[in-house]
Amino acid sequence: MIFLDNLINGLSLGSIYAIIALGYTMVYGIARMLNFAHGDVIMVGAYIAFCGLQYWGLPPVLAFVVAMLFCTCLGITIEGLAYRPLRQATSLAVLITAIGMSYLLQNIALMIWGANPKSFPTTFINGSSIRLGQLNISTAAIITILANVVIMVGLTLFTSRTKLGKAMRCVSEDRGAAELMGINVNRTISLTFAIGSALAAIAGILLCSSYPILQPTTGSMPGIKAFTAAVFGGIGSIPGAMLGGILLGVIEIFGKAYISTELGDAIVFAVLIIVLLVKPAGLLGKPMREKV
Amino acid sequence: MSEIKNPAVTSDQSLPLLKVKDLHVYYGAIHAVKGISLEVHEGEIVTLIGANGAGKSTTLNTVAGLLKPRQGSIVLGGVPVDGTAASKMVFKGLSLCPEGRRIFQQMTVRENLEMGAYSRPREEIEASLEDVFGRFPRLKEREKQIGGTLSGGEQQMLAMARALMSRPKLLMLDEPSMGLAPILVDQIFGIIEEMHASGVTILLVEQNAQMALSVANRAYVLETGAISMSGDASDLLQNDDVRKAYLGS
Repeated sequence: MIFLDNLINGLSLGSIYAIIALGYTMVYGIARMLNFAHGDVIMVGAYIAFCGLQYWGLPPVLAFVVAMLFCTCLGITIEGLAYRPLRQATSLAVLITAIGMSYLLQNIALMIWGANPKSFPTTFINGSSIRLGQLNISTAAIITILANVVIMVGLTLFTSRTKLGKAMRCVSEDRGAAELMGINVNRTISLTFAIGSALAAIAGILLCSSYPILQPTTGSMPGIKAFTAAVFGGIGSIPGAMLGGILLGVIEIFGKAYISTELGDAIVFAVLIIVLLVKPAGLLGKPMREKV
Repeated sequence: MSEIKNPAVTSDQSLPLLKVKDLHVYYGAIHAVKGISLEVHEGEIVTLIGANGAGKSTTLNTVAGLLKPRQGSIVLGGVPVDGTAASKMVFKGLSLCPEGRRIFQQMTVRENLEMGAYSRPREEIEASLEDVFGRFPRLKEREKQIGGTLSGGEQQMLAMARALMSRPKLLMLDEPSMGLAPILVDQIFGIIEEMHASGVTILLVEQNAQMALSVANRAYVLETGAISMSGDASDLLQNDDVRKAYLGS
């Protein structure tokens, strides 16, 4: 029973990592950059949802939609203001800008909401739990895992069936050839940031529903772990992000439960190092092919 | 071969389909294209030949909008298009089949072709697919296969078919024979002639001057960024200087 409990907790935590990792991996795949501000968009999304619930008296679903819309706009704005002017710059310049953007978001949050942790309100997500025999499963875990499945299926359909989704795959494979097809690369990159940031808002809400402490640094650690998950699964690969996120969550929870609570994170990163030694491109990553 | 090479060429001297005038392109400080002017008329195959680094691909890429000229004008069908983004050029009726094929390796043959028709309304795509599969029966057989698993010759066919999917007024082909076995080179040039016969206007860049001159109506010879010779392809094929420099005889 404890094993099953841990497994469900691991899947739930892993689902959150996976949803965040999708944002990293999609942006990397299409814009070839590591958007380290992504973790902080999660935090912003959670704060907006918090404000909607606590201060503006919105019904939960509406508050979550507002948070998603806000993050979508935030993502597009960040890309347009900070990253687009650097499209031809070295990757190092873009990386430093992303780190700067991360601190900027944290400090703006600090200015607006202060350093004191806020307690994320109870909603339909984390209100109750379901009893299955001896197993007690929180609704938050169920909703998180379900949300992850829905997002995965939705994104897979989007990239394989729709014109915009296919255009995204083209840009990710060969930007120049995509332009020759008539695809507007800048608009495609904006769209990617929009989707990634909306997912970040969902991740923020789910994260704070399971771990209801909200502060300006709330997004950093999950952000770094989800980045790890994206690398673990093979950065640039959507199924890879999903697999990497889930595995990371499960390993973290099992590591904490059965090996050592203090070493939980260390175990996660040790597994990452081993995987990357054996498969440098990540579990589902494709090694970079030389163009002939 | 000879019946395809018809002299419909000069029917409309007044308004060329493509008119490039005094084009200058730089890579940083390097002056790669130094004042190239050329014309392509409707129904023609025009070829740009020349050695490596003569500026052939640079010229095509600039016309396609991938590179920005520092000076000069590009007029397509009477409309100035210089400064237009590459992603808009295909909407104006120009399609570039780039050097090195650049097909989408992880997409299926069909998806590659659909992306070629990105600029066109959905309901027209099916008819274009039929048309292209008629020209390239090999691609029809491989419809569901992933692009990266095709052979080099098939990838070149896919790249040309993809470029045709936009129904361009002008099709630009950059080194279609590069890296292919001689028998495939013949096949690719056969396809180019068929496309021409069906009314596609083509601007062809080639290092294989022999083949290019034998299918083209007119040709421009490029040397270190400038045009050193131009004229009817059949005349250039007989020209001693051209023979020495590019045909190895």
